[in-house]
Amino acid sequence: MTSLGAGQRATLAALQSGCSGLGPCVFDGEAPPTHVGMVAALEEAPIDGDLAAYDCRNNRLAAMALAEDGFAEAVAAASQRYGPARIGVFLGTSTAGLSHTEGAYRRRDPGTGALPSDYVYRTTHNTYSIGEFVRRSLRLDGPAMVASSACATTAKTFANAARMIAAGFCDAAVVGGADTLCATTLYGFGALGVLSSEPCRPFDAERSGISIGEAGAFALLEKPEAACPGDDPILLLGAGESSDAYHMSSPHPEGVGARQAMERALASAGLVARDIDHVNLHGTATQVGDAAEDRAVFDLFGTAVPCSSTKGYTGHTLGAAGIVEAVIACLCIRHALLPGSPHTRSVDPSFRSQYVARTRAQRIDRVISNSFGFGGANCSLILGRPQ
Amino acid sequence: MTRVYLQGIGLRGPGLEGWAKSWAILAGEAGYAPAPASIPPSALLPANERRRTVRTVKLVLAVGAEAFEHARVPPGAAATVFTSSGGDGDTLDDILKGLSLPEREVSPTRFHNSVHNAPAGYWSIATLSREPSTSLCAHDGSFAAGLIDATAQAVVDDRLVGLVAYDLPYPEPLHGARPIGAVFAAALVLAPRPSELTLAELDVAVEPGQGRATRLAEPLEALRAGTPAARSLPLLAALARGEAETVILDYLDECELRVAVEPRPRGIAAATRRITTALAPP
Repeated sequence: MTSLGAGQRATLAALQSGCSGLGPCVFDGEAPPTHVGMVAALEEAPIDGDLAAYDCRNNRLAAMALAEDGFAEAVAAASQRYGPARIGVFLGTSTAGLSHTEGAYRRRDPGTGALPSDYVYRTTHNTYSIGEFVRRSLRLDGPAMVASSACATTAKTFANAARMIAAGFCDAAVVGGADTLCATTLYGFGALGVLSSEPCRPFDAERSGISIGEAGAFALLEKPEAACPGDDPILLLGAGESSDAYHMSSPHPEGVGARQAMERALASAGLVARDIDHVNLHGTATQVGDAAEDRAVFDLFGTAVPCSSTKGYTGHTLGAAGIVEAVIACLCIRHALLPGSPHTRSVDPSFRSQYVARTRAQRIDRVISNSFGFGGANCSLILGRPQ
Repeated sequence: MTRVYLQGIGLRGPGLEGWAKSWAILAGEAGYAPAPASIPPSALLPANERRRTVRTVKLVLAVGAEAFEHARVPPGAAATVFTSSGGDGDTLDDILKGLSLPEREVSPTRFHNSVHNAPAGYWSIATLSREPSTSLCAHDGSFAAGLIDATAQAVVDDRLVGLVAYDLPYPEPLHGARPIGAVFAAALVLAPRPSELTLAELDVAVEPGQGRATRLAEPLEALRAGTPAARSLPLLAALARGEAETVILDYLDECELRVAVEPRPRGIAAATRRITTALAPP
């Protein structure tokens, strides 16, 4: 679920047509002038019933995503096979239900400064709230945690889950997560001077910063041998993680951490650069971020492997970017699509990697998908067809 | 059940000023006098950085550095797992108060410090580590979540992993909505294989929750129950006693963690006593 619409079908249609989900920001009356990838239906979709305590923008988006593409049914079937205690829930978010707490701070008691009595912390604000909500929604009893490594986080949930399955703590896992618009990120990225006033233009010579998006998406991971004939599974072939050891909010200018994440992903997959058919870039359209990633990608792949950022479609969905782009990679593999880059008009002439601005039909068997975040957190995933 | 080998411990909490000064308290061999936890300056940070660093980062760097020193390995080569229920409440409160004013001002430094993985970022910078790092939360079960994630990573990736669990009380008004009892952090260095540096074997298993979590004698029990990171205390107390035993740690409503502790010949008590002696003034 992104600003492109609900489910795989709407996402694929947008990728094929080159149609972006970005529009002028109407999220917060006084928000800085910018474009966002917003999921408008969230306002009218409260969570009620047993799980009403979890109602907040972030969990609403998670609930909507769980209801798409037969996902909850697929998890229920897996729960039948493995037992609910053997399915882990390893999700990610950067801000969880922070907009709920922002609203509560505006309603503080003028005398005592206390938060309003209807404010509940655990089920909305706490980073784990989405994990608890999804685990209860899907009636799972296995190990669970929520990872929060800024904009790398839902990519990293694949690595967490793969390790937990390999270590024997569970047999299958739900990964992914959600991040939603909030004042903290809109004004925070604004204060850092990296928020574009126009729809973001990744790798463009005239790029001027990010457009924030919101998204929720999930995937069910099982061991490859669990696949049945006719499943057409996409495999997590490898994952690579690294830290920049450089700066809290600015990437290493030479893309050292980014390159290391991609190299480790290739090594864990037992692949080399020429085995990759597409690089789904982090590509948020900041000056320094795109330049550093171009350098890292060129150093590793040269000009041989086409690359593009899909942030022009969805906006930068922050903590959800990893899972959104993993799903996009799966769609591109299944539907033989090399995704382009809406709003990118003229690629930065100083860049050397092979950037693809316009969507085209092309067989793709293996994608490496990059997600990088604050704190110098980097994660690259390799997704592909069985060899 | 998954087995890892403990190689180093760090600890900081009320009346618990480092593992070397605390193990005898946890073992019941010395009296416990709770006093507000002090956060010592970390040797990992340059002097000019120490003053402006937020408390969460100071706490994590101090306790993490202690554990790696105890483990006798440099911190930069290990993967890391940081786990916390609440993250940095001071920074959060400052941002939220700013956003509730008509000007809606957010400091860019406060903003980048507000991410849950801020301690991981500063750890990476301070130790010059480019190794993988995970930042986790599982509300009151955050320590158990960190322990299984770190265990899985040590075993599956066959590497040394540093785990740091930390929590600090929120300022008001958040404290009223989410009371966290005390400043507390615990760090463990976990290895995939035994060595002459091993302090204990840990067999870690996730089991159905039956509310059997191992409890402590008061006033340590109040600390355990009131601070998510202090849910590690039953494990630390078992390590301090230095005898083979099994503890149950709180995790989620439907599951808990069973950890079987088997001290190695080097012997945890002997090792910590050596360090205590080494630290004692001549």
